[in-house]
Amino acid sequence: MNKSIFQRKGLRLYFRFGTLIPNMTSVATSHSLKSRTRPQSGDFFISQAAALTLAGGTRFNGAVPEGQADSLTGEVVFTTGMTGYVNTLTDPSYSGQIIVFTYPLIGNYGVPGPSGWESTKIHARGVVVSELAGFWSHAGHPKGLGKWLAEQHVPIITGVDTRALTKYLRTRGTTAGIISTSAANLPAGTTVAIPKVSCTTPELINAGHRKTIVLVDCGLKQNIIRSLVKQGVTIKRVPYDYDYTNEPYDGLLVSNGPGDPTDYPETIAVLRRALAAPQPKPVFGICLGTQLLGLAAGARTYKLLFGHRGHNQPAATPDGRAFITSQNHGYAIDEKSLPTGWHVTFRNLNDNSIEGIAHDSLPFSAVQFHPEATPGPTDTAWLFNDFAKAL
Amino acid sequence: MKDLPQKILILGSGGLRIGQAGEFDYSGSQAIMAFKEEGIKTVLINPNIATVQTDGDMADTVYFQPLTPEVVERVIKKEQPDAIALSFGGQTALNLGLKLQKSGFLARHGVRVLGTPVSAIDTTEDREKFKRALEKISIKTARSRSVYSVAEAVAAAGEIGFPVMMRSGFSLGGLGSGRVASPAELMQKADEAFKATPQILIEEYLAGWKEIEYEVVRDAKGNTITVCNMENFDPMGVHTGESIVVAPSQTLTNNEYHGLREIAIKTITSLGIVGECNIQYALNPANGDYRVIEVNARLSRSSALASKATGYPLAFVAAKLMLGYALPELKNAVTGTTSAFFEPALDYLAVKMPRWDLTKLAGPDRTIGSEMKSVGEVMALGRSFPEALQKAVRMVNIGAQGLSDHPFEFPDPRTAMSRPTDHRLFAVYDFLKTTGDISTAHTETGIDPWFLGQMQHIAEVEARLRGTRLSEPLLRSAKQAGFSDRTIAGLTHHSEAGVRAQRTGLGIVPVIKQIDTLAGEFDATTNYLYVTYHGSTNDVEPLAKPKTDPSVIVLGSGPYCIGSSVEFDWCAVGLVRTLRQHGRHAIIINSNPETVSTDFNRSDRLYFEELTLERVQDIADFEAPAPLVVSVGGQTANNLAIPLANTGYELLGTPATAIDQAENRKRFSTLLNSLDIDQPAWQKVSTLERAKAFARKVGYPVLIRPSYVLSGGAMSVARDATELAGYLSRATKLSPDHPVVISRFIQGAKELEIDGVADHGTIVISAISEHIENAGVHSGDATVVLPPQRLYLETIRRAKKITTQIVEALGITGPFNLQFIAKGNELKVIEANIRASRSFPFVSKVTGHNFITIATEVLLNAHKPAEYETLELDYVGVKSPLFSYNRLKGADPVAGVEMASTGEVAAIGGNLLEAFYASWLATDQPVSGHNLYISVPDEQKAKILEPAAGLAAAGWNIFATIGTHVFLKEHGISSQPLYKIHEKTEPAVETAINTRQLSLMINVPSGTGDDADARHIRRLAVDHHIPLVTNAEIAVILLRCLGELKPTDLPVTSWQEYTSPTNPNRGRTDHHDQARLSHHRQPGTKRAGKPAGRSR
Ligand SMILES: Nc1ncnc2c1ncn2[C@@H]1O[C@H](COP(=O)(O)OP(=O)(O)O)[C@@H](O)[C@H]1O
Ligand SMILES: Nc1ncnc2c1ncn2[C@@H]1O[C@H](COP(=O)(O)OP(=O)(O)O)[C@@H](O)[C@H]1O
Ligand SMILES: [Mg+2]
Ligand SMILES: [Mg+2]
Repeated sequence: MNKSIFQRKGLRLYFRFGTLIPNMTSVATSHSLKSRTRPQSGDFFISQAAALTLAGGTRFNGAVPEGQADSLTGEVVFTTGMTGYVNTLTDPSYSGQIIVFTYPLIGNYGVPGPSGWESTKIHARGVVVSELAGFWSHAGHPKGLGKWLAEQHVPIITGVDTRALTKYLRTRGTTAGIISTSAANLPAGTTVAIPKVSCTTPELINAGHRKTIVLVDCGLKQNIIRSLVKQGVTIKRVPYDYDYTNEPYDGLLVSNGPGDPTDYPETIAVLRRALAAPQPKPVFGICLGTQLLGLAAGARTYKLLFGHRGHNQPAATPDGRAFITSQNHGYAIDEKSLPTGWHVTFRNLNDNSIEGIAHDSLPFSAVQFHPEATPGPTDTAWLFNDFAKAL
Repeated sequence: MKDLPQKILILGSGGLRIGQAGEFDYSGSQAIMAFKEEGIKTVLINPNIATVQTDGDMADTVYFQPLTPEVVERVIKKEQPDAIALSFGGQTALNLGLKLQKSGFLARHGVRVLGTPVSAIDTTEDREKFKRALEKISIKTARSRSVYSVAEAVAAAGEIGFPVMMRSGFSLGGLGSGRVASPAELMQKADEAFKATPQILIEEYLAGWKEIEYEVVRDAKGNTITVCNMENFDPMGVHTGESIVVAPSQTLTNNEYHGLREIAIKTITSLGIVGECNIQYALNPANGDYRVIEVNARLSRSSALASKATGYPLAFVAAKLMLGYALPELKNAVTGTTSAFFEPALDYLAVKMPRWDLTKLAGPDRTIGSEMKSVGEVMALGRSFPEALQKAVRMVNIGAQGLSDHPFEFPDPRTAMSRPTDHRLFAVYDFLKTTGDISTAHTETGIDPWFLGQMQHIAEVEARLRGTRLSEPLLRSAKQAGFSDRTIAGLTHHSEAGVRAQRTGLGIVPVIKQIDTLAGEFDATTNYLYVTYHGSTNDVEPLAKPKTDPSVIVLGSGPYCIGSSVEFDWCAVGLVRTLRQHGRHAIIINSNPETVSTDFNRSDRLYFEELTLERVQDIADFEAPAPLVVSVGGQTANNLAIPLANTGYELLGTPATAIDQAENRKRFSTLLNSLDIDQPAWQKVSTLERAKAFARKVGYPVLIRPSYVLSGGAMSVARDATELAGYLSRATKLSPDHPVVISRFIQGAKELEIDGVADHGTIVISAISEHIENAGVHSGDATVVLPPQRLYLETIRRAKKITTQIVEALGITGPFNLQFIAKGNELKVIEANIRASRSFPFVSKVTGHNFITIATEVLLNAHKPAEYETLELDYVGVKSPLFSYNRLKGADPVAGVEMASTGEVAAIGGNLLEAFYASWLATDQPVSGHNLYISVPDEQKAKILEPAAGLAAAGWNIFATIGTHVFLKEHGISSQPLYKIHEKTEPAVETAINTRQLSLMINVPSGTGDDADARHIRRLAVDHHIPLVTNAEIAVILLRCLGELKPTDLPVTSWQEYTSPTNPNRGRTDHHDQARLSHHRQPGTKRAGKPAGRSR
């Protein structure tokens, strides 16, 4: 680790002098701008020196908005996506994590209303950026990122050398960290308990269609629902530990979600029964859902050194068709443990890890990436068509 | 097994011109390397002799020949390639390939087109077909109608509603397009456009929409990626080549970004592109609606930019895909381990800024729009927009140190920003600085508020720098916002050195970051670097191991502009290559994304950075010990020699004091006097009276210029006292504290140049070349002949002697260039450049001795003495300038002491005529027909008599203005008189032009000033795409070519054939031709004899 990170205590001021134009929106409401010829003091003021402290004591200095409370200890992970910060922050899979954005300018287009989110709130525990946009602009977006984070009590630290931090995480692996204005002390080996994110009661969505899909919610992204709705099916969204095996359904989708798949024994147990049904229904898994399917089938999972998080991950089929995929996972299926009867459908072209599995004869399949995208590329949206066709 | 071709013919893009510049040297070079790696033989046709792709270590066979169907056909017959690559030579290569395919020639000769099928190219090029193709897959394009006549155009516009966008198909850089607001304007513009193209498009004008572009790569299996997206700073209506562009997009949401990406993939898949292409969109900021504007089914300027912005070698990968590779089979060239099938994630942003030279070219019109006018561009990398933007402003080298520190004056910034111009950025800044009114700025310019907000931030930092003491946090945030030390010094009343000292004392130094394509996700040992103040840790260690293994830092030439172009990049690339061959670490600094030198494969380390004293110091400090080479980056690099030496940096080669002695007119003059070498009389004056007195003494015309400028910037010739006074009133405003240098302007003299390399004051190699035009046409605009064909042996001897003296007196080590004027018995030196000159690639390739390789060896003290023949060659090389006047409405297309050409081409031939004719044809001015128009001033009339007679005898119809007509008649040559415009009598020149009766026009301006009519006629010729010659010497030789040669007579001989020891042309030197030329010699003089060319 380069020494200068520890040495440089001084506040690195690169922000809009602590100002933000409140309600600065966009072209659509540009007349409202006219009254404000000078930027005014806004809803956040970045003035406090702070640091992201990693387990073991390594610090990355930056600054935080005035009056911001320290973050909870979270798992520090980085994502390389260059847009889609709103989708990322509201993706429940990031529960318990502090997200480092490798792209240096975050917040440029503000934040849309909740219909543009992936869930009802920000799930990340903290945000690390090089620069938080003090000035943003987009039609129809009601607020800026700074204000939104403050409203949701999600701490942010800016002015961090996020590239240095990313390289650190890449070599040491994902570690615990805390955003703090005081000299926080985080012992090496600190672990983070990742909370479950799920609906609490079953819910029927898009009722009235011929086919019904049970959607096991381990922390799903709204766009999975939107993608299924497009297929013209009824969705029964159920909690992660719900037993649906005694109910009628035409297909099963196990969603993405945060944390270690082995922490979901209830989900796995139910899934195992579903797979073992005499005439099993089509099963599709996304991200965590893939790992759970693997575990239910008898495979093992392992933790990746620093995970795959970004919108540029290449996944290829064995016959050489390749797709750019959106990914956000820290665990993967161990190929050696894949039971007979199962095969690999997609592989990551960068590290060869498993990106998809399927059963040789039964309608079970899953992908480690996010065909529903948001954020990220839409190349594999056709997987939803395939799933719907199989019902 | 892949069915690889055995031999591929690659078409280059020819000379640099507006809309098609150096980027194709980069893409072509990459393609050649990709093909060679597969063991495939490559043949390249490209008359652009200054390119890296035409180097000896690139294609197996190179033809410096015109890019015409005839030449390509003859090369194909001779070389028998089994495949042809059309996508690396811009629009020129694509159009040429389409022609050859359509005529069935390629099929007949079994040459397959690599990559994207010709039918797909055709669909993308024909705007009407394109729209129909997209409609079929439910993708939106702008509402439009294709029309084939002016009347149809007016009707269509009526339907669509004004304003409309008028565009023409099959063009480059938006030629003949623009916003049209009224029927009257449409009639005029459509008429003009139909002169160049049969079809135009009338389209809804997408005012205020964002302009976005994606670079797409697709393999034959259908695997597709978008390597990069880019957002224009300016809204639709300003050509992407004219706009500041940022990568990746800054203001797009996930859904916008990926929505457009999805459409890109759908479109490109349906078109069946194989290789690389780009797709341009308009995006409505109010509702996210979009239109596809166009697809370019080839490598383009944008793809060169995208390659540099991301580190993804698009052209190289495209070349592999054309051979049948699939993307997943290829590796990411930066990491070496991960897959080429991925989309780069940036952890920085790239800002491209165009470079214009409008004042030099077009006169008063500074507006920019949907037609390209810029001549070059820069790319700045940073981790914030202000940082990158202000870097870019410095990089373009237009006298601005940043947004706040520019020399332009806007009495009313609001009015100034309401119309796009080359300086609008600064007007917007000034407006924001004084009002802070982002909303109005947005309404007036259509620029997204986000960009304006970023500029506003810079303005706030400026205000704080002005208003408060320079504290540590302020200094740091100023550096993070991209302020230079010099600007900070100006705002805070310090010196630049003082600010630097304070800054480094506080530990405020930039960090060095890598471009790794993956935002740090994987380990990458990349040597592609930039510098930022948004960071705390360097990604790399200095390259050198102190003492044992110092690096060498090479300064590149920055943006292409009039006077500094691909030839300097060639020099830098050659130097770096030779350094590495000698085991030295070569580090390059350059800011121009169109170059080969910024291909990270070419050097040990590439800093994509500013060529400013501050940044060079930053890098040199970090990489120390690392001596610098300032002599291969043109004047930009050369200008840093003295400041760098003064601040204690070590330069390789000629000492800075000697450089100063050559650049400083006074010191140079003293030197020449002490050596008894003649030069045109000159004087430095600071008042009009002194200037007039000098002019009276030496006689008019006089040449006026400020010192230390390149390419005659602000140079002018005054023919009388009135012109002198007029110029001086402008020039003093131009440079207040710089006096003006005024010299006797020598008329009717020959100009010659010596390029060479010296070692501690001794010439190692030199080559003398002559200009066809007389002195007074800038050496960069002149037609250059090597070896000289019409110089007296005595002149050559004396020029060599003078060169020896100057080289010795200055103690030159490394490259140099001297320019001379010869008249009668006088030989005068006009300037000495202690650096590689524009003509280095030309002299190197024509003589077969690489002057840059030799220069590098000298710099490294590794040169082994050798004999170089540069005079007595069995063939002739001719280099011709290429002008872009058709892009610059209203510019008078006459070459003068101000350089105006945007590029050059060259050809080698068995004799002067062959070489000249091939070179002329390569300037893309085909003479079709036998109708010649001649209008020559009295003092020059005699010159054209003989060639005109020759053409008349050969059956040409000659048209002439009255005076010329009478003169020709007196000498027994019949011609048809045409009346000038003011004579208002038919048959008139104007009518003849409008009805396209003329196939070639000779219109030479008079040395005593000519009328507005002549200028108007020249302009009409350019606007009607009629080949035009405005110089009498060129007219003479061109007419001879037309009379004596047919294009099909020209040999298709490759460069290698000419210069190899087994040259088939050896002994073919056309003595017959020499005899014919002999009448140009004055009686009693001898021609150059054999041994004179030898130099040690
Ligand atoms: N319908 C339109 N409305 C407004 N501006 C347009 C329209 N179509 C094109 N332009 C502008 O003209 C420029 C040139 O058009 P383009 O189709 O890209 O031609 P070229 O082949 O010269 O690149 C674009 O970059 C864009 O700024
Ligand atoms: N005294 C002179 N008489 C006639 N022509 C001249 C004279 N000095 C310069 N020129 C012409 O002007 C051109 C530019 O002058 P030069 O000093 O070479 O400027 P630059 O530094 O731009 O190369 C020369 O190439 C030559 O054609
Ligand atoms: Mg275009
Ligand atoms: Mg010159």
